[in-house]
Order: sequence, then C-alpha cells, then structure tokens
Amino acid sequence: MTVFDIFTNQLLNGIVLGSFYALVALGYTMVFGVVKLLNFAHGELYMVGGFAGFLVLSFLSPFIGAGWFGVAISMVLAMIAVGFLGVVIERVAYAPMLSAPRLSILITALAVSLVLQNGMLALTKGQYVPFGSALGFGGINLGKLFISYNQMILVGVAALLMLSLEMFVSRTQYGRAMRAVAVDKDMSRLMGINVNAIIAVTFFVGSALAAAAGTMAGAFYGSLWYFMGFLIGLKAFTAAVIGGIGSIPGAMLGGLILGLLESFATQLDLRGMGIPFKVGSEWKDVFSFSVLILILVLKPTGLLGKPEQERM
Amino acid sequence: MAQLPERPSSWGGLSAILDTRAKQATVICVLLLVMAVVPFVTNDYITVIVTHALLYVVLALGLNIVVGYAGLLDLGFAAFFAVGAYTVGITTQYFGLNFWLALPLAVFFASIAGVIIGTPTLRLRSDYLAIVTLGFGEIVRLTARNLRETGGASGIRGIESPWIFGYHVQSNIDFYFVFLILAIIGVIVSVRLANSRLGRAWLYVRHDEDAAEAMGIDRVKVKLAAYVVGAIYGAIGGAFFAANLGAISPESFSFRQSVEILMVVILGGIGKIPGVILGAFIVILTPELLREVGDLRYFIFAIGLLLIMLFRPSGIWPAARGKK
Repeated sequence: MTVFDIFTNQLLNGIVLGSFYALVALGYTMVFGVVKLLNFAHGELYMVGGFAGFLVLSFLSPFIGAGWFGVAISMVLAMIAVGFLGVVIERVAYAPMLSAPRLSILITALAVSLVLQNGMLALTKGQYVPFGSALGFGGINLGKLFISYNQMILVGVAALLMLSLEMFVSRTQYGRAMRAVAVDKDMSRLMGINVNAIIAVTFFVGSALAAAAGTMAGAFYGSLWYFMGFLIGLKAFTAAVIGGIGSIPGAMLGGLILGLLESFATQLDLRGMGIPFKVGSEWKDVFSFSVLILILVLKPTGLLGKPEQERM
Repeated sequence: MAQLPERPSSWGGLSAILDTRAKQATVICVLLLVMAVVPFVTNDYITVIVTHALLYVVLALGLNIVVGYAGLLDLGFAAFFAVGAYTVGITTQYFGLNFWLALPLAVFFASIAGVIIGTPTLRLRSDYLAIVTLGFGEIVRLTARNLRETGGASGIRGIESPWIFGYHVQSNIDFYFVFLILAIIGVIVSVRLANSRLGRAWLYVRHDEDAAEAMGIDRVKVKLAAYVVGAIYGAIGGAFFAANLGAISPESFSFRQSVEILMVVILGGIGKIPGVILGAFIVILTPELLREVGDLRYFIFAIGLLLIMLFRPSGIWPAARGKK
C-alpha cells in the first residue's frame, strides 16, 4: 500500500469513528450547556442504548429482518426508551442535587454510571453479547479504497441526526428555550419558560443520541459489552472538550477531529526517521487521553467554546 | 457571605458519643486489642481479608486527604497505588534492590506523579479535574500494560517480601500486622495533618477557594500538597501490596480499583477518619459476605452509593456537628 492509500483508509476510519464520538459528545455538551453538569453516566447511556437496540431487534427481527431496516427501527425505539431513561435519571438523581456542592453532584453522577454499568454486568454476567444484526458486506471501490455500504449508511445516519439536532436547536421553540436556559436559568423562568421541562427535553435528546450511537455501534461491530460505555464516554468527553464544551457545533467538530487524530495516530511511526516514537493501536487510548489533558491545560474553552467562570 | 466553617473535626460524629478524651482512648484501646488478637483467634481466610481491608484503610486515608480534606475529586487514585507497586516490583526484580531501599523510591516517584498530574490541572474546574484524573489513571494502567519493562499484561512476578531486623516478613499473619501498623500510622498522620496549618488551609480552600486566596493561602500550592500527600499514602500502600502478593499486574490498578477506594471514602462520610475505617471494612467485607450473588454485588454496591448520595450525603456515620 502506498502512503496515499494508507491516508485515505485512515481518513475513512477516522470519519466513522468520529461519527460515534460526535453523537455521544453532543449529549455531554447539551447537558453541560443547560445544567452545567458533567454527566458521567452519559457513556453508560450509549451502552444501555446498544442493549436496548439489541433487545428490540431480537423481538422484531422475525418480522422486519435484521438488516439496516430492522436496525433502523430498533434504533428509533431504543432512542425513545433511553431518552426516557435519561429523563428519569435527571429527575431522580440530578434534580435534587443541582444546588448541592459540586463534589456531591459529581459523585452522584458517578454513582448513576456505576448503577447502569454494574446492572448490565449482572444481567449479562460480564459476557459479550452478539448483536444479531445481518448487514451484508457490500460496498464500492474507489481506486484501492473500499468503502462499505455499512460505513456509508452509518456516517449518513449520524450526519442526518446531527443536522436534525441543529435544526431543532436553532429553528424550533424548544430549541430557542433551550438556548435561553443555557444562558440564564432564572431569567428564562421569569420569561415564562418552563425550565424543568426544557431540562427534561435536553436530557431526552442527549440520551437519545447516545442510544442511536450505541445501537449503530452494536450493529456495526457486531457485539455488545457492559463496559463498552466507559471508554467511549471518556473519548466523547474529550471530543466535547476539544470542540468547546457547551457548544453543539463544537461537539460535532471535536468528535470528527478526535476520530481522525486517533486513526492517524495508530499509523504514526517515526522510527524510520531515527526517532523512537510509535503510537500503534495499543497506545492509541493513551494518545487520546494525553490530547484531553493537553487541551484542558492549554485551552480549556476548546475550539468553539466561550470562556466561563466557575460556579461557586 | 460564606459562613465560618466549623472547626476542623476529623472525628466527625464520633465526638457526640465519645465526648471526653478518656472515652475516646478507651474505645481506641479496645479496638486495638481486638485487632491485635484477630489473626490468632480466627482462621487464615479471615486474616487475609482483614489484611486487605487494612490496605484499603491506608489507601482510602490517602484519597481522603485529596477528596475529604482538600475537596478535589480524584477518579484515578489507583495510579498512585500502581506507581508504588511497580516501583517496588521493578527495582527489586531488575535492579536487585532491597525492599527498604525501594520503598523511599516508590514514595519519591509517587510524589513526582502527584506533582505531574497536579501542577497543570489544579487550576481547572472541579469536574474537569475529575475527568483528567480518570484519564491519568487510565494512562498509567495502559502504560504498565504496554511496556516491556513492566511485564506487559502479565505484570511482574516473584517480588521478594521484606526482612525486618533479620526477620523475614512472609506469612499472612506477618503481613496482617504490617498493614495494621501502616493503618495506625496512617490514622495518626491524618489526624495530625487535619489539625495542622496545612489542614486548616485545606479546610478553607474546600469551603471557599476565593476567600481562602484572599486570606493569603496559595491555593495551587495547598492543593498540590494534598495531591502529593495522598500519592504518598497510595505509594506506600502499593509498595507493601506488591511485597505481600509477590505479583502485580495492570488489572489490579483499574478504574474499578479507583472507584472502590473512592467508595470507602464516601460511604463512611467524606473527611472523617472513623468513617474511612468503617467504609474500608464495609467495602471489603460485604463482597465476601455476598459471594453467592456474584456479579450482582457490584450492582448492590452502586445502588447503595447512589442512595447514600441522595439521602445521606455526609455518609453512614451520623454527623453530630455537621451542617447540612
């Protein structure tokens, strides 16, 4: 393979990976924008979304098949279910804590994430669960680059979801209210906005997007695991920070950048130039976390974020 | 205006029941006496488990300084534990160092790790700090797994246990007493620190960072001190852990470990030393009692943690002087 082939291949991989990161990062950034809470449990909602999609698919596949159509239906139902789960989590665990000290609410969020993770551990006995989708292996060749239909559909669906989110936030009444609450909660309340309802909508939409990513990941990679939300939660948070937490276009951009960075990093090998430096796949997570730490230290507002004062 | 924080009371709710020094001393003596005879009146299994709980007392006391005293959420505390264990493992195995020479090295490297993670990140918002420590913990674990020097995924085996004045510390009972002594020293140091100038500075920074800074407290320096002291506790725990088991692997230092140590600190009541001790025994003994339920025990734990945060944010131990 020539350098160009490797480049286009990793570009494709990076875009696919970046779509997952972006979808999950959106939930982080929306929740953070509206309630200033770092929702540690968000990665777990991705995991639960994957399992919810699996459950729906195993019930419905005799009727609608396990191809992309079946997966799409499962995805939509999983999005609705996990969206409501997100709202319940907000009502039960976060709402009573919003005025508590920061430390307490962070630990509560961590506890929610552990409940979801270990609940699934108990249900699945820690085993990998095959997703059961049958997606086919077709695709098109562009020179030496093979793009599978699955990759195309996946990126297309992710782009569609993000586009609809952007329309929702910028064009609808709810979206406008959401942006108002993000700027000033008390003032929004005075303006007649039902702040609690808007917070619920935010959690619903953010969780639903994570569930969409979870279902697609399950269908695309073929299996599910109770711990799969941990790593992507951390990565998506990194993506949200790269783009500037609180900024919706930032989360999309950050997801894409992180996906590309990771894909190219695995090919990074400077040993040919006499520098003993190679990232490789076993170091790619270390690489991403280092990027996270570097960005937080050098530019904590990210690429598109606004400077912000810590709440006291 | 911020309220004046209550006087530093590391003993928390205990002070309500044990109001005099004499009563406190009696209880402590009885507890110590019980702890001293445990390995002789019970079996090996219980001795090993209680030893494990004592290790967690040491680790959680360290994390308690970071989370409880200084109010910084650290989700990667296992990293310091790992640094201590791996320093001992590598230096005794590959460089033939004596355990007692490796121990100060472990402390030294853990302090450096504390400074490395602390210096650039302590200016961050508290939730960013939490996630950075999480990332840092993962970096340390993955590094240990990927490097040849740390033995990769299988880790390091055959670590010598230490000698004390010609006596070879190797049986379960020996290590029981080693950890008991470490836990006692850890408690004493924690209590002394809480009542020191530094301890009061932590209290102020935790309650109101800006007011503390206005009073001339260098908040970055004070937070960094908390990190380094916590890291030293972690490293000492890790060093003796490596010597006790004789084998270490990256999976002993995963995110789950960090969470378990954090749970110890939160269960008993953040910042309170009797709470930490109680928490360590709950976190270590409950899974043993719940062995039949298998994987469900972590779930039960997580639910417990959530309920505590929602209904008893200051811990199981009733806080007499604590304010809501």
